[in-house]
Amino acid sequence: MSDDTLTIALSKGRIYKETVPLLAQAGIEPVDDPETSRKLILDTNLPNVKLVIIRASDVPTYVQYGAADVGVAGKDVLMEHGGAGLYEPLDLRIAKCKLMVAGPQGNPPTSRRMRIATKFVNSTRRYYAAQGKQVEIIKLYGSMELAPLVGLSDRIVDVVDTGNTLKANGLMPLEEIAKISSRLVVNKASMKVKHATISQFIKHMSKAVDALHAEAS
Amino acid sequence: MNTGTQQNRWVLPDGIEELLPDQSVILETLRRALLDSYSRWGYEQIMPPFLEFLESLLTGTGHDLDLSTFRVTDPVTGRQMGLRSDMTPQAARIDAHIMKSDLPVRLCYLGTVLRTTPQGFSGSRAPIQAGCELFGHAGMESVLEVIELMMETLRITGVRDVYLDLGHVMIFRSLVAQAGLDADAEMGLFDAMQRKANPEIGELLDEQQIGGAVRDMLTILPELNGNADILEKARTALSEAPDPVQAALTELSQLVNLLQRDYPDLPVHIDLAELRGYQYHSGIVFAAFTTGYGEEIARGGRYDGIGEVFGRSRPATGFSADLSTLMDLSASLPDATDMNSIMAPAGDDADLRTAIKNLRAEGERVVHALPGQSGVPKDFGCNRELVKQGSDWTVRDII
Repeated sequence: MSDDTLTIALSKGRIYKETVPLLAQAGIEPVDDPETSRKLILDTNLPNVKLVIIRASDVPTYVQYGAADVGVAGKDVLMEHGGAGLYEPLDLRIAKCKLMVAGPQGNPPTSRRMRIATKFVNSTRRYYAAQGKQVEIIKLYGSMELAPLVGLSDRIVDVVDTGNTLKANGLMPLEEIAKISSRLVVNKASMKVKHATISQFIKHMSKAVDALHAEAS
Repeated sequence: MNTGTQQNRWVLPDGIEELLPDQSVILETLRRALLDSYSRWGYEQIMPPFLEFLESLLTGTGHDLDLSTFRVTDPVTGRQMGLRSDMTPQAARIDAHIMKSDLPVRLCYLGTVLRTTPQGFSGSRAPIQAGCELFGHAGMESVLEVIELMMETLRITGVRDVYLDLGHVMIFRSLVAQAGLDADAEMGLFDAMQRKANPEIGELLDEQQIGGAVRDMLTILPELNGNADILEKARTALSEAPDPVQAALTELSQLVNLLQRDYPDLPVHIDLAELRGYQYHSGIVFAAFTTGYGEEIARGGRYDGIGEVFGRSRPATGFSADLSTLMDLSASLPDATDMNSIMAPAGDDADLRTAIKNLRAEGERVVHALPGQSGVPKDFGCNRELVKQGSDWTVRDII
């Protein structure tokens, strides 16, 4: 029985870059760099801690099924996943952005049912349902900004950071659906079976978040 | 989409499985062993109907089972019927309305239930539910007995490295009542609590303008988890909570003491924000976990008063588990490749037929070859054969 092993699921890019300093505060340092290494399981300075590098939208699934004990996932991804079977005890306050409705400049009104292009199908449906609006949702996997330009949709729902991509494509942010930041997610069974290891890790990460913000302010 | 083409005619629906001989024999061995064991504890087996009117199936468990129950319309009455998705409410109905005893009633069951949506990792929509329910006793002893039966179930099925998780739904329920939350806010907070989503819990409490001691208690609740020592911490942290919370903490301490006495090696984890089956549970809830499997493998708890809608409110506790999941996790399954049959040659003479009949009467497994069949005895699971020596048919080993 290996109660002290810890597998952490992370996605490449912004989340990885902003999580590494927090992990360092918790005493965990990756040995390989995912940007240069082709390995999907990365060793760390601690023999019992491994990192697995996966797609951002797969992080909740890996953690839910216990393939990783903990993970870092954006609130956007968690809202879409539904969060069942996961604990999300800590807001890491990294990779901040907003989930927004955006549309063409001038916001032309539509007479028929609105078409929304997004990869956040569930969140979009929930958002419009809460407003009492019936919309048609078109699932896309990327380059959402293109959809209104070519007449595929009237609006898009996407995460917006600086808003530069929107501006460059003649779109503007219209409504804010939710503020997004990354959360620490924990598998429910791991929390119980590896309680000592995991609660210690959460405590360290929580301290790291506070320390980083104390520095910034 | 093409339906019924040559290529996909053999495809089973998602989450529906069949058991081939190798697995069937294991499952059946476990099934018998479990039912024998429950019987030795004084539990009587019931076989609830597969199909019932929807109202009786969904009673007391409310929304929890509503969406997971397959429905059909009864052509005779025009009423909606449901295929059972959990046998617990059926057992409660049988106890309350049919058994009508004021004494403790112990019931057990084992059978397939159907779920509209796949459950858990196995993705099964047809779990094989095994469980025990104890009606008519409100004390800690009945909870302990049911946990013992759950542990016995895991032992018999060969699941090792078991962890027990304990919670108590009255703690959250009483704090919500103290805060004066309405049903919508309660469900919102329940959802966030289940995910231990601390940032969201804070936001919800802000929205509802909950402050003071009750806010502090609801905020710390998701962090009150760990080994038995957490109960001491909870005593302090929840000292301003109403009486039912104090009573719940006392019950948990009592149970932990009993478990430490009876299962000194069993790791017990306590989580005061764990609210499984919140809709119908009314006291202690528990679940079993095992190393390396990301979700619970057996679960149960106290659900007093469910029988009320059937005419009699009775205290009740029970547990259930999916036997196919336990089988997958088992470290010591019974041997399914047991070659212990006798091959009898093809033929119709009276002596041979009598010899076969006698062997079968003695409990032997005899395969009577068909004229012109090919294959060797081993192909039919036989390690011995029936041969004629002189005028007698005798059994000899196949070398």
